[in-house]
Order: sequence, then C-alpha cells, then structure tokens
Amino acid sequence: MSKPPIDELDRQIILATQEGLPLTTTPYFDIAQKLEVEENEILTRMQKMQEQGIIRRISVVPNHYAMGYKANGMSVWDVPDEQIDQLGQQLGQLPFISHCYHRPRHLPEWPYNLFAMIHAHDRETVEQRVAQVAEILGDSNRGHQVLYSKRILKKTGLRLPVERK
Amino acid sequence: MDELDRLIINELQDGIPITPHPFAEIASVAGVTEEEIVSRIGQLLERKILSRFGPMYNAERLGGGLTLAAMKIPQEDFEQVAEALDELPEVAHNYERQHELNMWFVLATETPEQIAATIETIEKNTGYPVYNMPKHQEYFIGLKLEV
Repeated sequence: MSKPPIDELDRQIILATQEGLPLTTTPYFDIAQKLEVEENEILTRMQKMQEQGIIRRISVVPNHYAMGYKANGMSVWDVPDEQIDQLGQQLGQLPFISHCYHRPRHLPEWPYNLFAMIHAHDRETVEQRVAQVAEILGDSNRGHQVLYSKRILKKTGLRLPVERK
Repeated sequence: MDELDRLIINELQDGIPITPHPFAEIASVAGVTEEEIVSRIGQLLERKILSRFGPMYNAERLGGGLTLAAMKIPQEDFEQVAEALDELPEVAHNYERQHELNMWFVLATETPEQIAATIETIEKNTGYPVYNMPKHQEYFIGLKLEV
C-alpha cells in the first residue's frame, strides 16, 4: 500500500489529537476552533483519514493491567511459510489475541515466524489459551514458545512521523 | 466501576463516530446526558482504568518506519543496555522477557530507511547484535476487553 498524501492541515489535526481528543461533548468542533477552521473541514478530513487507514479508529483504550489482565505472553510459533497467511488469519479471529503477525525467522536460534500476543488474568489462563492455539494449528505447529514479560523497561507513545516537515 | 463505566469501556473500544455529537448515541442508550459520558471518560482516564481516548493513528500509513527487535543481553550488562535504549527516542517500548532473547523493543522512525541506521547505532553503542523482526504481514491488531 502506498502512503496516502497528507497536507499541512491534516498534519495539524494529527498533532492536535495524537495525545487524545478534547474531553467535551463536541470534540471535533473544539479541534476546529483551535485550528481556526470550520468544524465540517475537521469532520471531512478525519473521516477521510479513517478511510485511508491513517486513523484505525477513535476509541477508548482500556489499561490492560488495571482491568486485571496481568499476564501477557508473547506466543511464537514455527509454521510452514506456505500456510502462514491462512493460519495467521485464523488466530487473529481468536478473542484473546491482541496482535498477530508474520515475522522473519533468525535461524538456527529463532525458528519462529508467527507471533500472537495473548492477554489474560493470569499465567495459567495464558497457558490454556496457548494449548487452544496449539490445537488449532495441529500438525502445522512445528514448535512454539511463550515469552512472558518480566518488566516494562520503557513505554512511550509512538512518535508519529509528522513532527518535522 | 458501575454499569455506566462498563458500558463506556465495552462500547467505546470499537470507536466513536466522526460526527458533531459523537456521544449522542451512547448517551441515549445509557439514558444519561452527553456531558455525563464525557465526564465519566475523564474520570476513567484519571483513575488509569483507561490509558487513552482519541484517534489511534497508524504510524506506517503515515510513512514511518516500525519494527520489533530483540537482543540477548547477559545479566551483568542488562541495566546498562536498557539505559542506552531508554535514551534513544526511536525506542518506543522496551520489555524484559523470560527468554535467552531477553530484551524486546519496538523502534519507530520517521522513515523506513532510518530503521537500519538506528539498529546500527544500537549495535555499535551496546556491542550486542540486534535481531530485527519487522512484520511481513499483520493478521490482527486490537483486543476487546469485556468488563
């Protein structure tokens, strides 16, 4: 997919909203006021960015940890390359998987090409989910591991590539 | 958390519309005012039950570089390497994980080309090789937490 073009006003909208929307009943109107444009301009631009996939969605994001999802396991699987798209799509449908990607192997020490992040209340539940995934993959699973997080060393918001011109 | 908090968390994870009154619908479902919805979102953010509210931007669609990378760091050097990564603005997240590859981090750069340069800098500064694992394909992103 090629990168959709954005102009200066789009860039300003992104900068004004990347930390969050104004907490008012009319957040888009408030952004319009701040940027000194018509509300309709903001609505149209943001709708277009959503259609283009620049905005995934405008939503609340629960804090996993505060909601009791204290165990996070990165499950990694070695599956045949020719089946990975189909298997990845299958895993992506499971309600407990938050991210699912095809990534490169680093042989011989890292044979895993399918990554699925599993969130649950505790490690035991993560293990049950892993068993569920193993069952779905069946013979296509040539090996897997679960990497639990021990510590968050750094967590900042993703800097968007719009800061400088 | 009460009924209204739960409704907000469950319903607004899917997103609000881009319309003049984006909270009108959920307010009417809940039988409260739009002001009440907004004030609850504010409280949930303050109580850190929500980590954010707003647009989820896709950095790659904006032309940025993004990758997941890992390193194998012996215990005696671990803190020092963690600090070195902490200072790099390109490192967005960094997690210690239980594995021989014990440091896992996300790099976000302004252009895809800068990923390689950043990896080179990390290898040079720390003396350890970086296992770069950029995504080939994304099958799913997002997780709905029901409360």
